[in-house]
Amino acid sequence: MRVHVVSTGAANLASVLAGLRRAGAEPGLVVGADDVLQAERLVLPGVGAFGAAATSLQAAGLWSALQERLNAGRPTLGICLGLQLWAEGSEESPGVSGLGVLPGLAKRLPDGVRVPQLGWNWVEPGRNCQLLQPGYASYANSYALREAPEGWAAAWTTHGEPFIAAVERGAQLACQFHPELSGPWGQALLTRWLGAR
Amino acid sequence: MLTRRVIPCLDVRDGRVVKGVRFQGLRDAGDPVEQAARYEAQGADELVILDVSATDEGRATAIRTVEAVRAVLGIPLTVGGGVREVEDARRLLEAGADKVSTNTAAVRRPALLAELAERFGRQCVVLALDAAARLDGGGWEVVVRAGKERTGQDALAWAVEATTLGAGEILLTSWDRDGTGLGYDLPLTSAIAQAVTVPVIASGGAASAAHLAAALHAGADAVLAATIFHDGHTTVGAVKDALAALGLELRR
Repeated sequence: MRVHVVSTGAANLASVLAGLRRAGAEPGLVVGADDVLQAERLVLPGVGAFGAAATSLQAAGLWSALQERLNAGRPTLGICLGLQLWAEGSEESPGVSGLGVLPGLAKRLPDGVRVPQLGWNWVEPGRNCQLLQPGYASYANSYALREAPEGWAAAWTTHGEPFIAAVERGAQLACQFHPELSGPWGQALLTRWLGAR
Repeated sequence: MLTRRVIPCLDVRDGRVVKGVRFQGLRDAGDPVEQAARYEAQGADELVILDVSATDEGRATAIRTVEAVRAVLGIPLTVGGGVREVEDARRLLEAGADKVSTNTAAVRRPALLAELAERFGRQCVVLALDAAARLDGGGWEVVVRAGKERTGQDALAWAVEATTLGAGEILLTSWDRDGTGLGYDLPLTSAIAQAVTVPVIASGGAASAAHLAAALHAGADAVLAATIFHDGHTTVGAVKDALAALGLELRR
């Protein structure tokens, strides 16, 4: 299956492409807003700073197309910073707006635990989750959403405090963890998303 | 709860895995792609590849090795060796690394850590800190150039400075213990883990699951080992079983 991947100018693109290939997809890169609007399936990965990624997506002319696509419920996967960009903003880059599809702000993980959170942590899906299943996922994050967005099914993880591990709604899925780096559990999740309606 | 990580390390030169004592006397230890896949299947939480090539040609080969490993590997991959500029890191990340580690170049020019964090995010930037006990006793000093040079710089102070600048993780290698099989330097591990708030990976000297457990109990968030896994004496899975039996939280 053909999947379009947005290049945010950041670093983890190769891992995302390789993970999608292992899950049986044929990934290609988005070249413009038309791809964002028309792609059968779209992946928004992302590492690095919230503000820099938002600026890069705006400069590439993809911002409003992403909002339109997400609001229309089209099949889309956000990964790590890709999830946070769906929110209204982030403590990491005050004053920079997110896509605003999810209410709330990404907040810094609490003091008293190692930040960034690097490694494997348990994902506990809420009862309404269809795609997300319990298991260990691989994380690399310093910020996270803390409140369940209304209208979405959410999964939770705890690092110091509980935070949103992932949210899903139909064929829209956004993960704070990296499914492409979460071994067989992550690959199975990618496969379920590729088949989600 | 965030689990502790067990991380096999592949020292790679000219497309082959090598292993030596204290970075000297390197001998061939196999094919990196095959080993990476095997370690993931055994339950490795992450993989580190250190490119120990000394030549430009070797560096180019390392990029191809990272690409080949990435194609089969579904867990995080850190790559180090020869990262002196943002551009060096970009090439490795583009080839499929998830994090890059830098060692000597960051000691020579600490601003490199800030440049890497600015471009790729802190979670991408690993400081490889090689430390040795000071010859006159108190504390540890930073060593560089694969142990050929003692800098006199305090290892704890450097760890703190590096994380302030942009390092999101510390890969701490005891120069006194690396390759000896005598176990990790526990006082060093504990001191660094207490000095910084980023995750710390202990490295250098592991010969048994008991050594790994001791480093985790000393405060390390992850343990790195090479020899014990390469020689086929044990598997990552068996080691994780042993650590779990000691009450440590692991992904299994």
